[in-house]
Amino acid sequence: MSTLANVLRWFLDPVHWSGSDGIPTRLVQHIQLSAECVLIGALIALPIGILLGHYGRFGNLAINVSNVGRAVPSFGILVIAFQIFGLGDLPIIISLTALAIPPMVTNSYVALREVDADIKEAARGMGYREFAQVLRVELPLAVPLIMAGVRTSAVQVVATATLAALIAGGGLGRYVIDGLDQQDYTKLFAGAILVALLALATELALAALERVLVPRGIRLLRAPKAQRATTFKVA
Amino acid sequence: MPVDPWINWDWLSTHVHLFLAALQEHVTLTLIAVGVALAISLPLGVIAHRWHALRNPVLTVFGIFYTIPSIALFSLLVPYTGLGTLTAEIGLVGYAVLILVRNVVVGLEAVPADILDAANGMGYRPMVRLLRVELPLALPSIFAGIRIATVTTIGLVTITAVIGMGGLGELILEGLVNNFHTPLVVATVLSVVLALVADLTLAATQRLSLPWARTA
Repeated sequence: MSTLANVLRWFLDPVHWSGSDGIPTRLVQHIQLSAECVLIGALIALPIGILLGHYGRFGNLAINVSNVGRAVPSFGILVIAFQIFGLGDLPIIISLTALAIPPMVTNSYVALREVDADIKEAARGMGYREFAQVLRVELPLAVPLIMAGVRTSAVQVVATATLAALIAGGGLGRYVIDGLDQQDYTKLFAGAILVALLALATELALAALERVLVPRGIRLLRAPKAQRATTFKVA
Repeated sequence: MPVDPWINWDWLSTHVHLFLAALQEHVTLTLIAVGVALAISLPLGVIAHRWHALRNPVLTVFGIFYTIPSIALFSLLVPYTGLGTLTAEIGLVGYAVLILVRNVVVGLEAVPADILDAANGMGYRPMVRLLRVELPLALPSIFAGIRIATVTTIGLVTITAVIGMGGLGELILEGLVNNFHTPLVVATVLSVVLALVADLTLAATQRLSLPWARTA
């Protein structure tokens, strides 16, 4: 129990709420870095997945990118990027972005593939051009699964960003890594709680975003929520 | 100072034993994690499938658990279980259980109602029906879960290096600390190769042992 009491005292200490190693600063660093990587990753991954899914081409590639991504140790990639690009945010951004891409490609491919062929034909019959059909018919139907991919990626990026403290990165991982180095289990435990809470908050925030993005009609249509998203955990 | 090549073959050739030992530890940690997880998930999956009220709570609780970054989970355990195997295995088993339970439940749910009717009509009791009809038909899904859980665990084992375990992850950490490329690069490549070999081996095993599910 003493660990928990110490951790509570750690959180109540005003010293930990200000300055360059304070919780607000570390939290903002962590969120900012993660958001950048997920955003860059999405800009690369979603167009690829959506295009492949729409045309139904290279399905093996789109599916297997997640299988290979799962096999890549995030820790190794982070350290190799550090050896190539040196100190700074660049190696962290590159490796986190690379890790964010696979689940988003796979899920957006599957999402577009699963749009009912009859619906696509109906859209054609109503005179939709190809681009409008993707944008106004297929994408709205695909949003739940695409967002599941974004959510998976975001949670993995937040998790791996913690490891970035090993290569001198900022963020909440600093508490965890410094706590381990200094054998300061209070700091370690407090940092771990913050990281876990941030990961859960990311999941919840993106679930809320998904609810906003899914059109009402489709929400009613898809009442039984299918859990077909790619299982992806690298950190 | 001479440039450090990505792989120093001379050094590597005299330190093969380091990599073999790390590989062995990596495989051991993975086998224990997936084995224990399987022993937990099969009954848990069957229970969650049989008692329908439990299905969503079980999957939700594990879903939340799964969201927790592994390094955070390991760190939360360290003050209680110390640095070492136990802490690493609790985390690894937990993550593998989620993947497996979900696939057991999904596999059992996918058994067509007609087949269950036919089994009932032939006089199967619930337990026998489960063992001889439902589980064999759910095996492809369970196998898919074992493959994902194994590959995921092999990746996560590297992270246990920060709590003093790690198998190949230990060599990655060593490469980082000593600024020496060879152990880092070779261990990362070995980890990827190990995961892919494990995946292919399991896929081949699945093909050989489940002749009734070969179409997929």
